[in-house]
Amino acid sequence: MTEATLTAKDFQSDQEVRWCPGCGDYAILKSVQSVFPELGIPRENFVVVSGIGCSSRFPYYMSTFGFHSIHGRAPGFATGLKVTRPDLEVWVVTGDGDGLSIGGNHLIHALRRNVGIKILLFNNRIYGLTKGQYSPTSEVGKRTSSTPLGSVDNPFNPLALALGAGATFVARSVDIFQAHLKDVLRRAAAHKGTAFVEIYQNCNIFNDQAFSYVTDKTSRTDGVVYLEHGRPLAFGSKGSEKGLRQNGFGFEVVDLAAGSYTEEDCVVWDETPANPALAFMMAQMAGTGPADLPTPVGVLRCVEVPSFESGVIAQIQGEVGRRGAQTLHDLLHSGDTWTVEPPPA
Amino acid sequence: MTSPAATDSPSEKANVAGRPLAATEKVSDVVVRFAGDSGDGMQLTGTQFTNTSALMGNDLSTLPDFPAEIRAPAGTLPGVSAFQVRIADYDIHTPGDLPDVLVAMNPAALKTNIGELKPNGVVIVNVNEFKDRNFVKARYASNPLEDGSLAGYRVFPVELTRLTREALKELGLDNRSQDRSKNFFALGMVYWLFSRPLDSTIEWLEVKFKRKPEIAEANVRALKAGWNYCDITGLFQVRYEVEPAPLAPGTYRNVNGNSALALGLVAASRRSGLPLFLGSYPITPASTVLHELARYKHFGVTTFQAEDEIAAVCAAIGAAFGGALAVTATSGPGFALKSEAMNLAVMVELPLVVCNVQRAGPSTGMPTKTEQADLLQAMFGRNGESSVPIVAPSSPADCFDAAVEACRIAVRHMVPVVLLSDGYLANGAEPWRLPAVEDLPDLRVEFASDPATFQPYRRDEETLARPWAIPGTPGLEHRIGGLSKADVTGEVSYDPLNHEKMIRLRAAKVERVADSLPPLEVVGDGEGLLVVGWGSTLGAITGAVNQARRDGYRVSRVHLRHLNPLPKDLGDVLARFDQVLLPELNSGQLALLLRGRYLKDVKSLSKIQGRPFTRGEIYAKIVELAAAR
Repeated sequence: MTEATLTAKDFQSDQEVRWCPGCGDYAILKSVQSVFPELGIPRENFVVVSGIGCSSRFPYYMSTFGFHSIHGRAPGFATGLKVTRPDLEVWVVTGDGDGLSIGGNHLIHALRRNVGIKILLFNNRIYGLTKGQYSPTSEVGKRTSSTPLGSVDNPFNPLALALGAGATFVARSVDIFQAHLKDVLRRAAAHKGTAFVEIYQNCNIFNDQAFSYVTDKTSRTDGVVYLEHGRPLAFGSKGSEKGLRQNGFGFEVVDLAAGSYTEEDCVVWDETPANPALAFMMAQMAGTGPADLPTPVGVLRCVEVPSFESGVIAQIQGEVGRRGAQTLHDLLHSGDTWTVEPPPA
Repeated sequence: MTSPAATDSPSEKANVAGRPLAATEKVSDVVVRFAGDSGDGMQLTGTQFTNTSALMGNDLSTLPDFPAEIRAPAGTLPGVSAFQVRIADYDIHTPGDLPDVLVAMNPAALKTNIGELKPNGVVIVNVNEFKDRNFVKARYASNPLEDGSLAGYRVFPVELTRLTREALKELGLDNRSQDRSKNFFALGMVYWLFSRPLDSTIEWLEVKFKRKPEIAEANVRALKAGWNYCDITGLFQVRYEVEPAPLAPGTYRNVNGNSALALGLVAASRRSGLPLFLGSYPITPASTVLHELARYKHFGVTTFQAEDEIAAVCAAIGAAFGGALAVTATSGPGFALKSEAMNLAVMVELPLVVCNVQRAGPSTGMPTKTEQADLLQAMFGRNGESSVPIVAPSSPADCFDAAVEACRIAVRHMVPVVLLSDGYLANGAEPWRLPAVEDLPDLRVEFASDPATFQPYRRDEETLARPWAIPGTPGLEHRIGGLSKADVTGEVSYDPLNHEKMIRLRAAKVERVADSLPPLEVVGDGEGLLVVGWGSTLGAITGAVNQARRDGYRVSRVHLRHLNPLPKDLGDVLARFDQVLLPELNSGQLALLLRGRYLKDVKSLSKIQGRPFTRGEIYAKIVELAAAR
């Protein structure tokens, strides 16, 4: 298949999509299917790997190679595949339960190794496929079938976790922010190491409107700040009535419309520092109402670090080069050997 | 020590000290055990004695026995580490039941090992360690060298510590560093006692400590001092010689089970043309497979030390999806963790080799001790109907062939295969006659490539394998996963009849493995008592059956390499015998399977002590059951 002919349709499989009507996964699937053909990569070189959960049905709906694996372990499969087949474009689709609960260990280790895979974490703050138990990103006090009196444990902040694990690319987008989500996916695709993308995804059955303050058309102007590298942090209904400036170990909102502050007072966003402290501060911001700081979307961190597979392959190639082509016979006969001669005839 | 040859007359020559040379006695079979503290270097000492003996052409077999603690408190009973090696001038099968010679570096080593020494056996003790504090640690109420408790043995108290320090005094090392060489002093003594040359150990030391020449020098001096000490003092009146064994012509090297296993995997990689990928997480006694393969990068081997056992097997399955020869290596606790992922490999029908180097369980058990108790776990330890082929090596060198065989089955039938080794094979060593590369099986595979005929679950008529369709192949894009799959198309399916059909197809695929197995080799009379073995019990069973036959008992033996599927002719073989005995290092797991499958009254000889069978234990049971010929 020549890449020039590829369209979104070429990435749609013949399987009937079986997410609940109204699920945020549909919008994410559509974005991925429209970004993949833009990447100039033959369809047969894409592999979509998933674990278990609603989001993990994703590979069945893509007409690429796909692997629907076991709960939480997708990064493991993807790592083994990518390190042996660096020619492939390996995307992992996971959820907040799959990726942060049962598979938390594999996620952080993939991130610290910087394997050249893309990890899309669909965060709906609930367990969908098992019918609505609270998840590791559910807010404290969440009342669900397994927590009838409300959950008592603190949630993970996926972006902070990824940054803490040393992720070299960390971003966030939202299921229904189609243009923004595609931009973030393109950025992830271009990254050489592990690209971690948290996608706020609405579960309209078990946790509807969990991100309404971010997604609602009226509130989102004050509730969301779009991170753009090299641009001051400004937001609001016209995109610039409010700004963010640093205050201690956090940010505060300044009013740019009143005239006492200008964009020059705002933090100019930089996704490239080797030290992830600024990105970590940014990851702490999250809002549920007008009094809160806005929720950041976009790329928090993007730094160039050699990928895991490039290091592994360099060692293998180095040894092959240094020791030359050796036969199996050479290997078996290495070390101390002795020969027993046949008895004289 | 068995000595068929007549004792040579004492030599008329004299040594440098003017003392008459000791008499040299030819023995055909000797068992030596080195025992000391975990930090005393007993494993290294035993390995050196083994390698030198291998180079001299002896047949040999080893039994390393060490604690799980890296350094248990010095001088205590749990801290004792031992290495037993048997060398012979004929074909042997076990590391020997009881040692002829014991080297005890401290009272604790003496206490834990003296009970097994043969009557009148030789004990060399480091008398410098036989002091009050060490008696308490070893729970000795009095000095065993003085209280008469060793009367039945030939005891040689040697000031190993003092003599080693004396030998190294010009090197300017502190006492602690000097004391680290005392195992080489002991080794030098044993080399003298068994008329072994020092050069291969000296060469090894010079390479090993290339960057620390002062350490190499200290150890070489200690080694020579130990040898000279025996030569000059006339400590032993007799020294022994063990002639080369009449091994089959060929080139040999000494090999332990995990090294042979690793080499087998590389061989399978070369013979299949597939790059080898090992996903592994460190675990005793399997870690050395990872260490060994990590050294073979120049053979294109990728080793991946994963974050845990689960990631290790998952990465291997991911590599298999991409077209690699994929392997994971572990032991019981890790094997348990891999169950779910192994089942995924069963469902998606990708080739995978899961090496389980068994150790004593349950739970953490005794990590450094051997057992064969994971057989039923390998057979049934996964949810659902989940049959996988199981292959078990029978000796350290056989780990090579068994690894090649496991890979052959995996790629030929597109199936995960369990390779059931154990700690005894992993650490034990024997001479290995190197195979000719061209005699190894041809494992070349053909990836699917034709979009016109491709279906993910269309099966090969002979093997029932599905096609191996790797990413990057245009037109073969397809999705696999753990959900039940429709026959041929591989689409997700909840159809009840399709589910049963696929379960039975996968089971039939595993059964098809038996089509390519050679007929069983029954050794012996062919009637009366049959001893059935599997895995690492081969040596002890062979020794016991041979002895029983020499003693006039009607007994035969057969050894199983394939535990699933069982060989097609096994039922007929069992039916020919009046009685069947099955020794295994578990509570009777294969016996249970054979009784269920063949309705044969298989008698189990069971041992669950973390140690291999001795030949004597099996011999005694044969004598109890077998009729005279």
